[in-house]
Amino acid sequence: MKKLLSGNEAFAYGAYLAGVQLAAAYPGTPSTEIVKNCATYDTIYAEWSPNEKVSLDVATGASYAGRRALCAMKHVGLNVAADSLFSASYTGLKGGLVIINADDPGMHSSQNEQDNRNYAKFAKVPMLEPADSEEAKNYVRIALEMSEQYDTPVLIRTTTRLSHSRTLVEIDDSKRVIPSDEIPAYERNIPKYVMVPGNARRRHPVVEERLQKLAALAETLEINKIEPGNDEIGIITSGVIYQYARDVFPNATILKLGMVWPLPKQMIIDFAKRVKKLVIIEELDPFIEEYVRILGLDCIGKEVYPIEGEYSPSLIREVSYKAGLLTEAPPEVSAASIDLPMRPPMLCPGCGHRGLFYALKRLDATVFGDIGCYTLGAAPPLAAMHTTTCMGGGFGVVHGVDKMGVKDKTVAVLGDSTFFHSGIHPMIDVLYNGGISTLIITDNRITAMTGHQDNPGSGRTLLGEPAERIDIETVVRGLGAKRVEVVNPYEVEQVMKVVKEGLESGEPSVVIARYPCVLHTKEKHPVPTVDTEACTNCGNCLKIGCPPITKGENYVAIDNILCNGCGLCARVCPFNAIKKPEEQ
Amino acid sequence: MYNKIDFIIAGVGGQGTILASDILVEVGLHAGYDVKKSEVHGMSQRGGGVESQVRWGERVYSPLIEKGKADYLLGFEMLEAARWTEYLNPSSVVYVNRHKMYPPSVTTGQAEYPAETAIEHELSSRAGRYEWVDAMAAAKELGNPALAGVIMLGRLSADLDVEPETWLKVIAELVPAKLVELNKKAFITGRKMKKGV
Repeated sequence: MKKLLSGNEAFAYGAYLAGVQLAAAYPGTPSTEIVKNCATYDTIYAEWSPNEKVSLDVATGASYAGRRALCAMKHVGLNVAADSLFSASYTGLKGGLVIINADDPGMHSSQNEQDNRNYAKFAKVPMLEPADSEEAKNYVRIALEMSEQYDTPVLIRTTTRLSHSRTLVEIDDSKRVIPSDEIPAYERNIPKYVMVPGNARRRHPVVEERLQKLAALAETLEINKIEPGNDEIGIITSGVIYQYARDVFPNATILKLGMVWPLPKQMIIDFAKRVKKLVIIEELDPFIEEYVRILGLDCIGKEVYPIEGEYSPSLIREVSYKAGLLTEAPPEVSAASIDLPMRPPMLCPGCGHRGLFYALKRLDATVFGDIGCYTLGAAPPLAAMHTTTCMGGGFGVVHGVDKMGVKDKTVAVLGDSTFFHSGIHPMIDVLYNGGISTLIITDNRITAMTGHQDNPGSGRTLLGEPAERIDIETVVRGLGAKRVEVVNPYEVEQVMKVVKEGLESGEPSVVIARYPCVLHTKEKHPVPTVDTEACTNCGNCLKIGCPPITKGENYVAIDNILCNGCGLCARVCPFNAIKKPEEQ
Repeated sequence: MYNKIDFIIAGVGGQGTILASDILVEVGLHAGYDVKKSEVHGMSQRGGGVESQVRWGERVYSPLIEKGKADYLLGFEMLEAARWTEYLNPSSVVYVNRHKMYPPSVTTGQAEYPAETAIEHELSSRAGRYEWVDAMAAAKELGNPALAGVIMLGRLSADLDVEPETWLKVIAELVPAKLVELNKKAFITGRKMKKGV
């Protein structure tokens, strides 16, 4: 039977078929649904770990224990987990360990578009790259078998377009690996698993030798294959880009790489000899191209196909035509000739973050931000966030800024999930190293941006079991913070008062702005009404950037369908023209 | 069977474009096509523009449609539909839900929402056929604005060589159990919107 699965669903199904017994991840678009779907199979223990490094350590532990394990993360998550990856590369493992890494070309929901094929080379581990959901399913098993046979973690690379496309997958559980229900015995092996310099020095040659063996394997591996065609043009490609290349060059000879590291040297040399023009089509970095050039082979690559941005069949057709690789011109198309106002993502109607950022804006605070829904506090008209770098970055950044003596009402903001991910350590720094920073945790009790995953503050695990909530206030006080306030972010005046006091105190202060995500709890209240006589059209309510409020000719209007009834607009109206129903 | 049919569904986060494209891709599969579907989640869910692409064909490689090659454009929102002019060709068919959702620059008075006639001109001048669909009004009449998407699919279905039973079966599989009857009704409502039916 064939079924439509997203790439991410297919990875999870592949994990189930391959007998994976543990799957761990921290949510991150576009990787989130992999481990989320693993949790739907009762043979897999699945968890949201507090961050990607922890998830990789947990998966490594399961594989040290002799069981097959999976770990998934977005590309920048592998930066967080890199230390663990490099160590696992040296120690090797026992049960198979597959790490699914999701790159985000085009930055649909990311802060950069790093090409994580570089990590495979850097950490000296193999990397596979499927081109559709069927391959996503199959490659998990290939990766785990390779992992066990060669004693190495194996990376699988996906991209947003593969993870979030639905394509057909053969559903057949008959050959699935049934996981052992015996309790594994941990095999002690100090020279292999204790990476003190003496042992690590002996492991390094093992790693190099492994890479040589994998390079030899690459030459014969079925997933590296030549699809014969017209040899005028020979294309080397991998992943979803293969599909685009097939659409644009239906008759070309294609070397489709299922394993992108290590690369099959002899296969590439022979392929280059066979075809008249060698063309490398790869998204982001010239990873394959540089390898090909080092072999002394002439090819067409990044001088035609861009390094930046996401590819599409249209883009490949357009630049290939310009470079003379296609004779038929792309269809003539034109963009709309009228102005189309952009529609950027916004904080949802009723979102508690809105009250916090409105308060910070009124205080004219300089806000060092972080990664989450609340990053949308940087969007106009609020425009109340002044840096966003990486997970947990803001608390450390504000400490550095404050240490330099900047007096500009500096505060840092991060979310509850980000606090558990990597916000605790910089908070320790502020508290211990004589910092004075005002640190705000916007606690909506869920990992909202990636689609409402539970986190250690939400009181439920990925498997749906209740768990003792880790109370942020207790953690913060336990670290030694003296000035700690919990506020309701809709209470704008109260938020302003507490933040102001923190800023003026000359000591570190922590503000927990707590209100559960209304999109998650589906909290809704009656829609406020506008008193059209009282409304002066002053525009104050528009400054909160709430989508249902529209400026009219003489007064504002509130869209009944969009509005969630939080009443923040009524609070900020200086003329009492917006009334919550209970006030009428 | 056609050689290929490429569909683009454009709308605003929360309008149900993902459900609609899930239905559309499953229907293609039931009708015997090779199918693929692509969509983007993440930041765009928070009230931003969203788009799904669905491909039916004998053999589909890319999940993405090429510019100038869309056979159908379904706009769930007027402004979002207008962003896809580059994907149209003189035989494309465009259906647009007569429904406006103002982006922040418009609600705050910094930009103007384009006129209906201007949007119609941009799309119809590049397509073979253009049709406004009063899906939002019909959805409200049925008691739930979220039904507009399925109404749009109903209108589309009247052009395609797939039995309505197939559509209704897929709808019943994909929408929440308590909303099945309402969605079926919405589908039929849309299907009857074909001129002259």
